[in-house]
Formats: sequence, C-alpha cells, structure tokens
Amino acid sequence: MADTMPSYIGRSVVRREDNRLLKGAGTFVGDMKLEGMLHVAIVRSQMAHARINGVDLTAARDADGVVLALAGEELKDVLPPISGMQVAAPKGWRDGMDPHIEIPDQTLVPHDKLRYVGEPYALVVADDRYLAEDAAELIDGDFDPLPPVANAEAALDAEALVHDHLPGNIAATLHARKGDGEAALADAPHRLKRRFFHHRYAAMPMECRGVVAEYDSRTDSITVWSSTQVVHWVRREVANALGMPEDRVRVVAPDVGGGFGGKGHVYPEDILVAYLAKRLDRPVKWLEDRHEHLLNAAHSRDNLFDIEVGYDDNGRISVVKNYFLVDSGAYSPVGAAIAGNSIAHFMGPYDIPHYEADCRVMMTNRTPNAPYRGAGRPEVAFAMERSIDLIANALGLDPAEVRFRNMIQPEQMPYAVGLPYRDGVMIEYDSGDYPEALRKALDGIGGLEAFRVRQKAALAEGRYLGLGLGCYVEGTGIGPFEGATVKIDSSGKVMVATGACPQGQGHETAFAQVAADIWNVDIDDVVVTLADTSHVTMGYGTIASRSAVTASGAIQESSDKVKEKVFAIAANVLEASESDLELRDGSVGVKGVPEMSMTLKEVARAALPGWIHQRPEGIEAGLEGTAYYEPPTVTWAYAANAAIVEIDPQTGVPKIENYVEVHDAGTLINPGIADGQVKGGLVQGIGGGLFEELSYDEHGQLMTGSFMDYLLPTASDVPPINVIHSETPSPRNAFGFKGLGEGGAIAPPVVIANAVCDALKPFGAELNNTPVRTEAILNILDTGPAAAK
Amino acid sequence: MKPPPLDIVTPSSLAEALSLLSAHGDEARPLAGGQSLVPLLNFRLSRPSLLVDLNRIADLAYIKDGGDHLAIGGMTRERAIEDSDLVRKEVPLLQEATTQIAHLPIRSRGTIGGSLANADPAAEYPAVVLALECELVAQSVRGERQIKAADFFEDVLTTALAPDELLTEVIVPKAPSGSGSAFVEIARRHGDFALAGVAAQITFSTGTPTDVRLAVCGAGTTATRLTVAEEIILQDGVGAEAIKAASDAAAQAVDPMSDLHASAEYRRRLVGVMTGKAIEKAARRAGVGV
Repeated sequence: MADTMPSYIGRSVVRREDNRLLKGAGTFVGDMKLEGMLHVAIVRSQMAHARINGVDLTAARDADGVVLALAGEELKDVLPPISGMQVAAPKGWRDGMDPHIEIPDQTLVPHDKLRYVGEPYALVVADDRYLAEDAAELIDGDFDPLPPVANAEAALDAEALVHDHLPGNIAATLHARKGDGEAALADAPHRLKRRFFHHRYAAMPMECRGVVAEYDSRTDSITVWSSTQVVHWVRREVANALGMPEDRVRVVAPDVGGGFGGKGHVYPEDILVAYLAKRLDRPVKWLEDRHEHLLNAAHSRDNLFDIEVGYDDNGRISVVKNYFLVDSGAYSPVGAAIAGNSIAHFMGPYDIPHYEADCRVMMTNRTPNAPYRGAGRPEVAFAMERSIDLIANALGLDPAEVRFRNMIQPEQMPYAVGLPYRDGVMIEYDSGDYPEALRKALDGIGGLEAFRVRQKAALAEGRYLGLGLGCYVEGTGIGPFEGATVKIDSSGKVMVATGACPQGQGHETAFAQVAADIWNVDIDDVVVTLADTSHVTMGYGTIASRSAVTASGAIQESSDKVKEKVFAIAANVLEASESDLELRDGSVGVKGVPEMSMTLKEVARAALPGWIHQRPEGIEAGLEGTAYYEPPTVTWAYAANAAIVEIDPQTGVPKIENYVEVHDAGTLINPGIADGQVKGGLVQGIGGGLFEELSYDEHGQLMTGSFMDYLLPTASDVPPINVIHSETPSPRNAFGFKGLGEGGAIAPPVVIANAVCDALKPFGAELNNTPVRTEAILNILDTGPAAAK
Repeated sequence: MKPPPLDIVTPSSLAEALSLLSAHGDEARPLAGGQSLVPLLNFRLSRPSLLVDLNRIADLAYIKDGGDHLAIGGMTRERAIEDSDLVRKEVPLLQEATTQIAHLPIRSRGTIGGSLANADPAAEYPAVVLALECELVAQSVRGERQIKAADFFEDVLTTALAPDELLTEVIVPKAPSGSGSAFVEIARRHGDFALAGVAAQITFSTGTPTDVRLAVCGAGTTATRLTVAEEIILQDGVGAEAIKAASDAAAQAVDPMSDLHASAEYRRRLVGVMTGKAIEKAARRAGVGV
C-alpha cells in the first residue's frame, strides 16, 4: 500500500454520528411510528416467588382500545423458551474448567411460576400505551406466594428452589487449577483469608430497551427494530421461535442510547413483540420505561468471594484460592460466561504460580444477571486488589511496592497464565508493560513519595488523605467471529457492512477510518452500515470489548477478497502486472507511473457483469466480498489506576481529589473516541463504587425502582479524571488493536475502597464490601485510632 | 408508566381555579410545577380524576416588597426566587436554600407554593418558612386565611390546607439588621433530597445573639424547629462549646427514619454536623467571629 495519503487510524476524526445525534435528529426505537401501530404493556410480577394459579383477563379484554390480552398459559405451547446458553462454551474451556452446567432456559411468559419481581406474566396490546396500561391494571392474577430465595449464600441452604430441577439452587459449577494450590498454601510463610462482596448494580443506559416489529404477509417476512447490541442473536431467536427462515427475519438496531452489556443478549420482549406483530398482522411497539428497566433489564455483579492468599516476607504471592458465588438471579442469559471471566481474570497482571478457583452460579429470586461493562472483572479486581493492599499493610510495605514485586515483567511477555480462556484457548497475555503503567499512574497523581509526605502532613492536621491503586488486565476482542461485507459499486464508494452494533461508540466513524486506510481512499468515500442483518449474512454483535478487533479483522479479510479482483481487473485494463499495482488516493495505479491509473469507480464499472465488462478470464463479476473473521484468541488490554481521596471526618464523605487511569488498548483507531470510552467507563465505575446499588429486601422486593433511589453519578459527582493512553500494539492482529469498551469500569470500586482504607490506615480500617458507604467510614472514625484500641 | 385517565382544566383566573377545587373536592388536585405530582401520576400512586392546572394564572407569580416583609406568590418559580436581587438582599436564607433545591431544570418548573403544599419532609422550603416564621396565605371560595408556618406542616406530605384551598402567597419577614443566615445540607449526590439540612438565622446585638432561628429538614416526618438548640445559642452565644452543645441538642431533638440512603442514626449524626455548620456560617455572616 503506497503512503500517498495520511493514515486515518490514530487520528481523532470527528464522529460522523454526532451531526445527527447532537441535532436531535437520531432515530431511536422510541422515535418510530408506523401506520396502524399497536402498543404493548407488559404485566409484571410484584412477588419474588409465587405459584400462578390463574390469570383473569376478562376485564382487560373488555377495556377501551384493547386488541389483545394474554397470559403465559396461552403461549406455553406456542413460543419456546430462550436458551440459557446464549453464549457457547467451547471444548477447550470445558476441558480446563470441569464445568457442570445446567443453566435453565428462560420461558418468555411463565404460566406456572414467577421467579422474580418484574418477570412478565401477562400482556396487553392496545391502540396506545395509555390504554394498554389502563387495561393492564384490570388483569387479576391469582398467586400463592412461595418463600423467596433471597441471595446467593442463602440459596445454597434454602429449602425453596427457584427451579425445581436444580437442587441447592446451583445452576453451574466451575473449577480451575494452576499448579498445586493446597501445597503452596501449606508452604506459604503468611496467609491472608478474607471475604469480599461486590454488590449488584447495572448498566443503566440512558435509553431503556424497546422493540418495534412489522410483519409483511405478502413475503411472509418480519422486520424487528430492537435497541440491542446483538441483532444477529435476535434474528436467530425470533426465527427459531416463529418457525421462520432466518432469511425472512430482518433485525435492525437503529440509533441506540447506550447498552454497556445490558442489551447484549436476547430478551423475551424481542421475541414477544415479533410474535404479536405476526399474529395481529399489524406493527407492534413496546418501549421499556425506567421502572421496568430497573426491574427487568439484566442486573449485574453481585458476587461473594472467600479468598485465601499465600505470600512470603517480601510480599511475593505464591498462591491464590478463590471460592466464589455468583448471584445470577432467576436466569443466566449468557450461561456461565461471567463466572468464566471472573476465574480467568483473577490474577490480573501478577505472576502467581499457584491458583485454584471454585465457583457456583446460584439461582435466586432476583432479576437475571448478565454482563455489564467489565463482566466478571470488576468483581475479581476488587478481591485481588484489596488483598494486595491488605498484604502490604500486614507487612508494613507500600501497596505500590507489593504490586511492583508481583507484577509480570515486560520481558516475560508473552506470558502463559495456565488457564483456558472462554474461547477455549489457553491464556497467553500478548504484550504490554504492566509495571510501567503503574509507574505512570503514580506519576499522574504527583508521585508516590510526594503523596506520602503530603499524607503524613495532612494527618498531623487531622485530615485523612488516602491513595488507592488498582490494576487489571482484560481479555478483549473475543471471537467466535465477526462478519463483514465490503462492496464497491459503480459510484466508486467503498461500502462496508459489519455485524457490529454500536450503542454510541462511534463505530460509523471508527470503521470508516479503518476501511479508508485499507483502501487508501478519502474517508468520505467510505459508507458504513451497521446493526442490520440484511447487510451481513452472519454476524455476532458488539459485546465484550470486541468490535474494534473483530469487525476490523472482518473488514480487512473481506477487503482482501475484493482487492484481489480490483487488482486483477486493473491489471487487465492497464495492461500491467498485478505486482506492479498499488492503491493510491481512491485509484489503482502502476507504481512509479502516476499517469497510469484508474479510479475505483472505473474498476467497479469494468467489473460489472454484461457485454462490455473488462474482467480477465476467471474473475467473477462484481466487486463484493464477505468474510467471517475468527480471531486466534483474545488480545490483552490492561490498565493501572491511582486516585487520591480525602475523607470528611464529620460526615464520612470521601471526596475524590484526582483520578488517573493509564490504559493500554494497543493501537488506537480514534484517540478522541477512546478517551471518551475510558472516561465513560470510569464514571460508571465510580457510580458503582459509591452510589449505584440494586437493593433487595428480605422478601425479594427490589427497593430501588426509580432514579430517586437508584443513584447514578451526575456531572457534579465526577472528580477530575486523567486518562493516559499507552499504545502497545497487539501482535494478534494486523492493526495492533486491543479492545477498550469495558476497561474504565473495572477498577474504580476497588480504587476508591483502597483509597479510603489508606486514608483510614491509622484506624486499622478494612472495607471489603462495595459500595463504599459514608456511614461505614464514619463508624470507622468513631472507633478511634488502632493504637488506642 | 403513563398516568391513569384524568381530565385537565386550565383556568385563567384564581377565582375559576378555586371554584373548580370547591366543586370537585378530593377528586381534584392542583398542578403547580409538577415536579412531585407528575412522577406520582406516572407511577399511578396519585389518582385524581381532575387536574387543575395553575400555570396559566398570571397573577399568582410575583415577589413584592411589603415593607417589613416580602410577599411571594404561590406560583413563583424557585428559579425566580433564586435569581431575585430583592430576595438575595432581604431574605438571604431563602435565596441560599433555593440554590440547594434539586437541579436547575427542576427549579425552573418547581414553585414555592407547590413545594410547601407538598410538604416533603426532606424539602428545603418547609425548614426555611419555619425558621423565618412565615405566614402562609390560603384561599378558597370560602375566603382567605393566614396560617402560621408552625401550624402548617402536619405529617409526611400532609398540611393544614383543606382540599379546596390553594396556597396563594407566602409572607416572608425580612432579615433583621444584625442578622446572619445560612442554609446547609448534605445529600448523597448533589441535588438529591437532603439526608439532613439546617436553616439558621441568628440576629446579634454587639456580638450577642438576640434572636435564634434554627430549623431542620430530612430528619423526621416534617421539617421542625430546633428549639432546644436555639435556646442554647441564645443563652450561651456562638462559642465553640455552645455550638457543640447546640449541635448535640439538635441531634437529640430529631426523630429520623432509616431508609436505603441513610440509617436513622447516621441522619441524626448529620443533623448535629449540619446544625454546627449552619450556626458557624450564620454567625460569620453576621460579622461575629466563631
């Protein structure tokens, strides 16, 4: 490829999406209005656990404007459940995890039993949403309450079973071994044993979920518009449920206002709305309101860890034993994927010879648990990074020093972890310099020594300052594959379609940058189509920090196929050898001979089928190629975080003075977008660390059913954040990309907890649960300095 | 999350609004800024059959100088109070409290009459009108009456207003010369309902308190005056010890409830802290060193 144009990759190109989004001209599911469209209200369980004796729909059916009212009974033989394993578990992973997996399938609308507050049991279709909600109030359910299974720990011994076929409420067990944990623990000079709890919170996108479907009886086909991150999954499940060929189901995600994992799997409503549209032969719309979203959209986190760590006098860790429970709620839409992430990521950037993990995925009467930005990683980062601080305290070492002593050194790269990843491949960290990231993070807060001096001086004045650190690694760009189709038509434009489904990440811009570089064309000559199954036959979607790597790989491979034709045809027309040709400025030309070239538009016309084509023998018509990129395995992003916190001794409020993350996601496509991504993740992590919590009472009632009680961080609650990007290219793809969608959200809860504990070190304080509560801080201050105890 | 079926009428005069409220009694709810009522309607927790929309009644929104007091119309937006030079000059406590109400878009819609009539125990205005001993003017087709702030708040979201009455005006005494005031609160996030908030207005004569007004919100079923704490400051002045004693007395005096956001004990503690801060700030503003 001749360097006649500057590379777009690496430049903060202005997002093309912003023109419409900032003008309020985007189209979200909620904006859609179709002729004759009906509206659905879903009736949801107010009980955590109950037997359904019957649902009386009579009054609702008679209500104004009602077209249809139905309950689970009517659907039980009509619509199959959604698989509990929306994400596959490959053999290599199963071999290493010794899993026992019985994740239950999810009935769309149960007819026999309700398993969480918010679960649908009936629905109303009416002329508008007001009338639908009016009629929904008239539906009279007869239920027998059952004892609720309140949380993961209680579930183990509960008499009540969330699913009758799962004794002990265990949906899955996983086991992983590296080295000999028992022996290493017995040999370790010191041992740390702790319980850590990472609480339940959720993605909380600005746009709730929503689905519109329209059936076309002429072609027996259906179009579904869903606010989803996975249009191809939705197509698969809708086609399966309705018994239609996938080719007759088109799924589109229009503009989507955030997903963060919460829209990363198929929900019952995706299928129900499609079913209703077909059954009624009218367009049907369902929009999730915020109350429904809090009850019904997947929750996340909610893990309980019992940890044992063995270490020596120098703070070198020889072994970690990790026994943990995942409170998965009533279902687990992505199977054991989150638990698998937790097991794989526990050791983070540290060189630990022995490791054992045992996990149980528990069923409880809570909202189903699915991945949310970080997906199993914030939980283990909390346990691991708290453990390191506790070890440092026990030995009288600086927490930073203990991290440096345990970190994998750059010369150990690539580093074999000794565990399989979720894609079935044994984990090998591909590249990076973890100690350097931590050094830069410490520099970012003004230097470790300088801070310790300041901290001591402040303490002498009765002020409590603390430094919190948190490091992690993140497997990104996971398979199994992504699809892309690249075409050049007679307009000469390069048209790119991939299975990636953006929710605000700027994919239209980023993939235009990638394609413009691959083709050496002006970025304005690249047309990008996303999140529409009609443009890419097979696709996977945007979850798991994967699209930069996987969609770019697919664009590259499909472009390679098209390029072969472009060169063959151009060689034919220009009467040159293919090996003498190059792409330059939207043209194909002979190297070193500026006047010998033809534009891509001319090549596309020469490639057309028909009487006047100029293709050489054996080259098929048309410039179009499709490829399915199957990455060899994941790429390893990583980060080091440092934050300074000051505690208000009167109120216990921790104020974050400064937050630094040094983040390495390999080569950056668009640094501006990358910066926004990481910062957004950090804000969500800060929310989870201090404010956001999905609280249940002992009856399994969700106490946080509105934004009055579920507290998202607002602009006023966000401290100064400094993101420093390192760019260590991944050797695993041609571009050097790693994923970065989730990274920011992983560390803040533990960074805040570590900072607060560091500030309260004179009190011998430990905060081993999230979120960090001001009240708990005040209680620690009340106990007085440790020396006085 | 759509409101239940209801009718909305938009009267253009107070008389018309009052006669509608009189005719429909309990079935009707007046709609002021809608910042509390509309969410309640959307959750179907409030189910009036008629909404009487007060937003088109022009002569209910005003801030007038009444000599020794300000007269503020019930439909005056919180934002107008926040921005008023007259309020800032004559009743700085009211102005400072207003800046701490929720967020700007909410203050742009919310009204003083609506907030007081809603009587949320964590809202700022009830504590302010108690501290300032305001008179609240209620009108109905039966006539007009003035209710002392101390007699107005009866329970959570419950006031002395009858269903056919509207809170049409708040009479706010001007801050006396030699006084200083402060409104301080703590919330989980900026703009949330206060976990504890304290309004203070203290009048000094040559460094000695002659009149002490303290009221608290967020720590009980209604906002309340902190009379014991007031007495301590009045007797003992604003030295560190007196402030500590007053803070402790304030914490003792309240009867907060536990909820998701704070335990009763933590709230009680915060009442003490906020009381101390409010007294210190008010005294400093009156030019009295503490």
